[in-house]
Amino acid sequence: MAQMNLVAAINDALRLAMKADDRVVVMGEDVGKVGGVFRVTQGLYDEFGEDRVIDTPLSEGGILGTAIGMALYGLLPVPEIQFADFIFPGYDQIVSELAKLRYRSGGEYPAKMVIRTPVGGGIRGGLYHSQSPESLFIHVAGLKVVCPSNPYDAKGLLLASLRDPDPVLFFEPKRIYRAARGEVPEGDYTVPLSKAKVVREAQGSKAVTVVAWGAMLYEAIAAAEEAEKQGVSCEIVDLRTLWPLDIDTVVESVKKTGRVVVVHEAPRTCGLGGEIVALVNEKAFLHLEAPPCRVTGFDTPFPYTLEMDYLPLAHRILPAVVATANY
Amino acid sequence: MSESPPSPRPSVLPPPAPEHLAELYRQMFVIRRCEEEAARAYAQGKIGGFLHLYIGQEAVAVGACAALQPDDYVVTTYRDHGMAIAKGMSSKAMMAELYGKKTGCSKGLGGSMHMFDAATNMLGGYGIVGAHIPLAAGAAFASKYRNDGRVTLCFYGEGAVSIGGFHEGVSLAALWKLPIVFICENNEYSMGTPLSRSMSVEDTSLKALGYGVERDRFFADDVNLVEHRIAAAVKRAREESQPTVIEVRTYRFRGHSMSDPAKYRTSNEVEEQKRRDPLLLARRELVDALGEERVKAIDAEVEAEVADAVKFAEESPEPDASVLEPTTYDGPFAA
Repeated sequence: MAQMNLVAAINDALRLAMKADDRVVVMGEDVGKVGGVFRVTQGLYDEFGEDRVIDTPLSEGGILGTAIGMALYGLLPVPEIQFADFIFPGYDQIVSELAKLRYRSGGEYPAKMVIRTPVGGGIRGGLYHSQSPESLFIHVAGLKVVCPSNPYDAKGLLLASLRDPDPVLFFEPKRIYRAARGEVPEGDYTVPLSKAKVVREAQGSKAVTVVAWGAMLYEAIAAAEEAEKQGVSCEIVDLRTLWPLDIDTVVESVKKTGRVVVVHEAPRTCGLGGEIVALVNEKAFLHLEAPPCRVTGFDTPFPYTLEMDYLPLAHRILPAVVATANY
Repeated sequence: MSESPPSPRPSVLPPPAPEHLAELYRQMFVIRRCEEEAARAYAQGKIGGFLHLYIGQEAVAVGACAALQPDDYVVTTYRDHGMAIAKGMSSKAMMAELYGKKTGCSKGLGGSMHMFDAATNMLGGYGIVGAHIPLAAGAAFASKYRNDGRVTLCFYGEGAVSIGGFHEGVSLAALWKLPIVFICENNEYSMGTPLSRSMSVEDTSLKALGYGVERDRFFADDVNLVEHRIAAAVKRAREESQPTVIEVRTYRFRGHSMSDPAKYRTSNEVEEQKRRDPLLLARRELVDALGEERVKAIDAEVEAEVADAVKFAEESPEPDASVLEPTTYDGPFAA
């Protein structure tokens, strides 16, 4: 198996999908000749040509709108939005058309596509290049949302997303685009959607379930290693698919530990953490030993200079985990 | 109408074959009568929500769709009942959808603005003004990508021309040289605001200049003329893969929707427009060509079809809540 980073693994998945299926077209700003601002689509233009790797103007509504039209007539577009922060000019297309077409055409015209976009902070991008808008899409019925934390999952989840019949937003944590490395099998394989993964198991009675995804998974692991030294054991769940989420795996873990801390970069209010806590309360209330806890971004724009305070890094997760364990 | 668009009279055209004109008239009359019945059902509370009638504009849909092959695509606005019928969808499926019944074209889940029919390549009505214009360009892209020779017609009102979706859709279609015809149905009012107060120019086809594409502009009085002028743009799309931006000047005799009493215009203005009713003009021409008896027979057929559609809608069952989630996602929904 080859060692790859996240960028190479996603690139590999796109190349495989394009080779296997001529319905797949990649489109977006600078995705062609340039290979994408983060080089995720590098080489695809040379291999598959300008008809299938389409450089578009700066026109998010146009990119997503035309992609929907292509999908309605049987193509499988993979539009890239250069930064998730730029998706909002095309938000109407996603909310009003993409998510609702299957429903409002009585099932006759599902619009299948995978929208790829880099999310998250940690590159000093400030408020227009750092946001994590997953909740704004999860709230819209008809969409699925995926966020991988490592190259193996990224390739397998992207290939699974392309085969899934519903539209998928594929959020790529840009902070770990090159930092996350790992072994990636050659050729085709999938990682199933809506399946979380327990990446660290809790031992002993003083245990806490920590739910995280994307770049923050590594912060949760770092916090868990420190917590271990203080006698607190963490069971870490990598959500992988954010919606529809694998609540069963979360609940199973909470039933074992009796405690849960949810970590996400997005602002706290109406973030996915709130929904996870609500579901845990509904499904595992009598197993809880402590109030569920959220470690999140703040309800402010994403800051430039205070980035490392805004992000829920290990130094913020650790005290939350310890306090929850000692409640 | 404040100005006259350049509009060659039908004398420059070959007269329509009488049987062809009969078919165009029949379609226009089906649309007219279906919508009159829909208005009645709305007043009785049998149809809810919003109902945007096409009455007065029928020649646009019927003339334009007559210029198409069956496999060609149509994408339109929320004023979509007439377009779906002109594209070949059944009046039963249309009426049942208005009634919110399971037998409607969208299983009763959508309603008035959601006329979809995969069998006739009717790609739907769209309720968000202008959002469907890039989507239509995407359909045309798919045709070009597959080299299947199909053309997409994209309809919108003059109100959509001020929205970003219009610019993004036409701009990309021009850049990618897509087989598409953009057709503005300029009925002079964006809901209640007249054209003179909503746009800096009176002719929406002028926007074509900025994209470097061909344009055309004409009145919708004569369905035969509509068919010929749209056909020229369809030919350009099919044979040269070049888009065209067209403005068809038309007029809706009813309000924006059933809840709009249309007090922003005088009854004199509406009466004046009704003298140009494309349905009546077509009927007059057809009587000259085929005789009153034949036209009356067509009228009777249409009345029977529409009565059937209403009966079908009235008697069809409503969908139950179990269809909601499976129609939102393909598979069972977790969480």
